[in-house]
Amino acid sequence: MIYAVEQVLNGVQFGVMLFLMAAGLTLIFGIMNLINLAHGSLYMVGAYVAAAIFSATGSFLLGLAAALSAAVLVGIAIEIIVFRTLYERDHLDQVLATFGLILFFNEMVRILWGSTALYMSVPGFLSGRVELLPGIPYPAYRVAIIAVGLAIALLLYLLIARTRIGMLIRAGASNRVMLGALGINVRLLYTLVFAMGSALAALAGVMAGPIFTVESGMGESVLILAFVVIVIGGIGSIRGAFVAALLVGVVDATGRAFLRPFLTIFMGGSAAAKFGPALASMLIYILMAAVLFVRPQGLFPPRGL
Amino acid sequence: MAEALLETAGLTKRFGGLVATGDVSLSIAPGEIHAVIGPNGAGKTTLIGQLSGELTPDSGAIRFAGAEISRLGPARRAALGIARSFQITSIFREFTALDNVALAIQARAGHSFRFWRAARRDARLRDPAFAALGVVGLAGRAELVAGSLSHGERRALELAMALATAPRLLLLDEPTAGMGPEESASMVRLLAGLKGRFSIVLVEHDMDAVFALADRITVMVYGRVIASGTPAVIRADPEVRRAYLGEEGG
Amino acid sequence: MSGRYVAICVALAALALVPAVATVADAPFYTGLFARIMVFAIAAVSLDLILGYGGLVSFGHAALAALVIGFVSLRTSGVYFIMITLAFGQMVYFVAIGLNEYGGDDGLNIARHSDFGAALNLDRPVVFYYFAYGLLLLFLFLGNRIVQSRFGMLLQGVKSNERRMIALGFPTFRYKLTAFVMAGAVCGIAGALFANLTLFVSPSIMHWTRSGEIMMMVILGGLGSLVGPVFGAAAYLILESVLSRLTEHWQAVLGPILILVVLFSKTGLYGIFALPRRRSG
Repeated sequence: MIYAVEQVLNGVQFGVMLFLMAAGLTLIFGIMNLINLAHGSLYMVGAYVAAAIFSATGSFLLGLAAALSAAVLVGIAIEIIVFRTLYERDHLDQVLATFGLILFFNEMVRILWGSTALYMSVPGFLSGRVELLPGIPYPAYRVAIIAVGLAIALLLYLLIARTRIGMLIRAGASNRVMLGALGINVRLLYTLVFAMGSALAALAGVMAGPIFTVESGMGESVLILAFVVIVIGGIGSIRGAFVAALLVGVVDATGRAFLRPFLTIFMGGSAAAKFGPALASMLIYILMAAVLFVRPQGLFPPRGL
Repeated sequence: MAEALLETAGLTKRFGGLVATGDVSLSIAPGEIHAVIGPNGAGKTTLIGQLSGELTPDSGAIRFAGAEISRLGPARRAALGIARSFQITSIFREFTALDNVALAIQARAGHSFRFWRAARRDARLRDPAFAALGVVGLAGRAELVAGSLSHGERRALELAMALATAPRLLLLDEPTAGMGPEESASMVRLLAGLKGRFSIVLVEHDMDAVFALADRITVMVYGRVIASGTPAVIRADPEVRRAYLGEEGG
Repeated sequence: MSGRYVAICVALAALALVPAVATVADAPFYTGLFARIMVFAIAAVSLDLILGYGGLVSFGHAALAALVIGFVSLRTSGVYFIMITLAFGQMVYFVAIGLNEYGGDDGLNIARHSDFGAALNLDRPVVFYYFAYGLLLLFLFLGNRIVQSRFGMLLQGVKSNERRMIALGFPTFRYKLTAFVMAGAVCGIAGALFANLTLFVSPSIMHWTRSGEIMMMVILGGLGSLVGPVFGAAAYLILESVLSRLTEHWQAVLGPILILVVLFSKTGLYGIFALPRRRSG
């Protein structure tokens, strides 16, 4: 029972991280109609900068601040240099140019920090365990991730539902032409959204640092999962991204934990050991296929035309 | 009157709270030109969408040549003989005019799992395509890239594509949209020449064109049919005059 | 038209001389490099069939389970299609890692080259080279027929304006699926050749960044021209080979080059070297 609750919590924790990635990706697509494969690179930049500053200064919070600022700067730079000419282009051109960015960033971190993975420890003030539920101690760091993730989700919701910027973002996601017609400074809005997406990706990267390895190319597998999330959630929908991220996180974590013992019941230990892990890694893709089969536009297709 | 080629009963489509078409019942006889008019937002294009299969009605029935088709997709309906033109010209801009029509011919020429013979040298596609271009007066433009044609020529090309599928029913969504008076008049002449050979559902804003062409007219306002009948009946209908023709019909 | 056609034929024919020149120049390295180019060119040509002609972007392409993947992903369109095939490609990658039996993460050693009898011993680089060369020419020829056939016209129509195709009465889904599967099969052949070339199959050849590379080759060469991807593959691999000898960090140079190509060229190398295709006329 304790194990089961732990696995679900792991899933939630993974889910909120995916949400941070997916939220930026889905907004950037929904508003700018841009496919950004390099979103994973911002995640990686966040993780590297945080790990380096943290180990140099011993302050996790300083690392976090440095990571967010670095990612926002890098994000704004590539928005201005590369993406501005790409918005009106074919999706294919976007895919290719951002693929070029991936190659570049992966190599840059190797040049700056070497090709071996960096180690990032859990910050001291979050190193213990807390009893989230009576009798179930859970690592404080992961609790913090869940808390931060949920807080960000709430903030995003308030930002989009309640503020003027949010209104513009919503308008942009459902009808891009209208924004320009309203006399909005579209360029500035785009840069702003992009900076926000970069910060969220970097935050996910920082939080992932102590859990996964910080290495060149770490952004690519997360990127694919974020794609899965926004496809399930409906491209352009923050609410969809949130629901889908938690769904994917929990399905993935519980699948990895329970599929093998579950299969053992039916096919015996050795066969289960063989197919369990493979099937578990397929699970979220099966989930995606199933959702798309029923709803080709995802769970929460953005309203508008 | 002969048995109707197309019949709708209680066709209803809502978008959120908005009733785009409410309880629309139409009957179109073989060879008839049936115009659908109404102010902007009356649901005319939504009606065409439901007839062509791009939209699925929330309720109601569509019978075409005796068969219920309201659940069939657009490709199936096209194969049954319902061809359409779009309000905003929809052609293959990168192809030549002739290639555009040849694709339409190909759509009616059985399956396209043919991998070997060069389609551009296939007389079974090229000859009838060329003939269809001739019907709409584009024979001299056959080898031009469609995107380089004038607006009026593109509208005519789209009509040629619809004709090339050898349809029994044409759904024309504002064929004279965006045309100058001269182009418009030539489109009306073209359509008049088709009269009697196909059934046509004609959505149109140009009242001169409508009254010149239509055998019967249906007037829609806010998704509902408020009147239906011959041009003379419609012209005399007080409700139509009040709701729609008022300013223009005077 | 004809001048360009002759130039392309000469360029393709010149490839036949590579092993001879390499032997004379005592640089067998080049036979290997050009063999790799052939293999990737086959993959790139197959991708071009669905990408350049059908307008379908597929990252899952390098994975071979094209039928099932195509069936689900083709139900969706545009951006969804890109992301979904990408995701499925990654799924195949994870499954390959998961199946420890086949070497898992570490890959699968192939004990020996595929054997097509005594007449065709792929162990010898020159034999392998001509085998790949022959296949490439064959696929280019077949591809050329297909592009001009009714099926090819249909694919181009779908790329140009799918809504219109459906309104004309084409059930486009089954044709797109067919193109997807055909391209997947040819790409599978390229995968088999690649395995023969390196005597090693690891899941990394199925990682989505590998598909990305093949897609780069197509774009680099120019979309929608069958020969373009061959030039693209050559350019990409030669660039990689040259850059990696100059610096260990060649990807940091290659990435920006690719970005520049995208930003400043719309037709790829083929468009730069050859005349503009099919303008008014």
